Amino acid sequence: MPWTGLCRLSNLGYAPLNIMAFIELDHVDKGFGPVWNRSEVLSDLNLQVERGEFVALIGYSGSGKTTLMSLLAGLLRPDRGEVRIGGKVVDGPGYDRAVVFQNYSLLPWLTVAENVALAVDEVFRDFSREQRQEHVAKYVGMVNLTPAMDKRPSELSGGMRQRVSVARALATQPDILLLDEPLSALDALTRANLQDEINRICQEEKKTVILITNDPDEAILLADRVIPISAGPKATLGASIPVNVPRPRTRKDINSCPIFKRTRNQVIQYLVQSSSGKKVEISKKLTMPDLLPEDLSVARPMFGGKARPRRRSEQKRETVEVVS
Amino acid sequence: MKWIQRLGLDAVLLPLVGVFMCLIVWSGISGKSVTTKTKDDWGDVVTTTKRTGISADLPGPMETWEKSRSYILNPLAKRGELDQGILRFTWLSLTLVVQGYLIALVVGTPLGFCLGLSKTFGKMFDPIFQILRPVSPLAWLPLGMVLFLSAKIQVPGFGAYTASELAAVFTIAICSMWPTVLNTAVGVRAIPQDYLNVAKVLKLSPAKTLVKVLIPATLPYMFTGFRLSLGIAWLVIVAAEMLTGRPGVGGFLWQQYNALSYSHIILCILTIGVVGYALDRLMSFIESRLRAA
Ligand SMILES: Nc1ncnc2c1ncn2[C@@H]1O[C@H](COP(=O)(O)OP(=O)(O)O)[C@@H](O)[C@H]1O
Ligand SMILES: [Mg+2]
Repeated sequence: MPWTGLCRLSNLGYAPLNIMAFIELDHVDKGFGPVWNRSEVLSDLNLQVERGEFVALIGYSGSGKTTLMSLLAGLLRPDRGEVRIGGKVVDGPGYDRAVVFQNYSLLPWLTVAENVALAVDEVFRDFSREQRQEHVAKYVGMVNLTPAMDKRPSELSGGMRQRVSVARALATQPDILLLDEPLSALDALTRANLQDEINRICQEEKKTVILITNDPDEAILLADRVIPISAGPKATLGASIPVNVPRPRTRKDINSCPIFKRTRNQVIQYLVQSSSGKKVEISKKLTMPDLLPEDLSVARPMFGGKARPRRRSEQKRETVEVVS
Repeated sequence: MKWIQRLGLDAVLLPLVGVFMCLIVWSGISGKSVTTKTKDDWGDVVTTTKRTGISADLPGPMETWEKSRSYILNPLAKRGELDQGILRFTWLSLTLVVQGYLIALVVGTPLGFCLGLSKTFGKMFDPIFQILRPVSPLAWLPLGMVLFLSAKIQVPGFGAYTASELAAVFTIAICSMWPTVLNTAVGVRAIPQDYLNVAKVLKLSPAKTLVKVLIPATLPYMFTGFRLSLGIAWLVIVAAEMLTGRPGVGGFLWQQYNALSYSHIILCILTIGVVGYALDRLMSFIESRLRAA
């Protein structure tokens, strides 16, 4: 299949330039503030996401995840570099993307239905009134909130509010769903429920999804690919870690799955490393490339397990696990 | 004390106790008329009336009531331009207040939005607002007089406005505008970025953003401004009527001071206070209604 071939090439970083991914970040830098008091938040971000992919970005809070999301949503422009979607440079918000914001951002003076309708009325202007009402009802139903249609956000629990927010995003029928820590404000049980719900909806709707999270388990449970973000300032994206756990994934069997454990260790390792490097500048400088030489005489596996240089630190991690 | 609280009577009784204590202090410091009869050298009876007390000329509570009775018991009577029942005076004052107040809202709210939305506008006009804000109504009124000296404004249904009426409306409007302007601006600046992001992501038109997001988000602040503005408008009317001699609660007060009927001053003060309180209650009632809706 040519598609997997391309994907592998791009993962290795030498994909031919003329082949464009659906979503592309191309050497993107972003900072805030005037020159004399500048904080560089993101630096040299590169990312390719294919159509239909579910990518999870994971990083510490304050590392610039929301900023990255705003860049993708078109709410911010990059200082340098380009954000491209479907080959076109993003120059503002668009109905091809829908955002679920970190803190729900429902309008408190509108009911659940009205909040969703605000989006529907705007995007589907050519619908008749009945069609729009039906559309709203369909998506409110999709997140199981039909009984709460006429309630205001203040009457809803955190989990319900976030579901409204998801419904509002889905109702615009975007190609790309941008989820900015949609579940981080929720308690663990509600969170697990909503993860399952998001999982179900995303499998049904087959959208391109970019999920931002600070929970490795959530990232691995939901995503095809996890990309860690180094700790800020000047955060950048790490190498993407594929999640080769077959779907449908359930919380129960994922916990015992060895691939899951390994992936999780990789993610956490990257995050810990990136933050410790920030604290001790010198140790960062002394860090030697810890890539292990690849034995080229061994044939790469054709299917399953994308070829990727291994790190010494990963190797170590694995032996530790054997000991325990 | 316990059983009073349990019956919920303290809400009624305690204010009454407070009022009663004030009345006692008032009686204590007010003066009384004392009539003395003396026989003069020819044996004729001469009656002399003298006021005595800590503040000899201040009428006491009973005296105030006696003298004000007719104004309160016949609140709608009209015996002359400056001799009307207290409700008639209140009505005259209120009509003027409402006109000035509405102008203040209509001008002040958009100004507040501009101030809150545009940094450039803010930098341009904020200093001017800050300088004009503390100017007293007593200072604005003469300017209003000058402004409308040669103006003849005929409003269908309302009749003609005299220069002094226009000056009063102008003064009320300009003095009561500032709380609305400043509170609206603060409210607009306090709109969470999330709401604005929603508007941006959905690509709402500026008009729709205003109606669907900006105004509802600012409404609580706006209403605080409206309420403070109404309070000021009511303060200003008294000063305006005093200076222009227009019939109304304030005009009546000043005229009665000049006519040495001091009881009526107290009547006017109490009326002004009660009406001001009622207006404030009314506004907070409307506010709570809007908030619930
Ligand atoms: N509009 C802004 N102006 C100035 N600084 C900002 C702005 N938005 C974000 N930042 C800064 O960028 C950094 C990253 O913020 P954010 O993207 O919200 O992080 P995260 O979502 O990962 O928690 C923070 O240090 C924050 O202070
Ligand atoms: Mg964030």
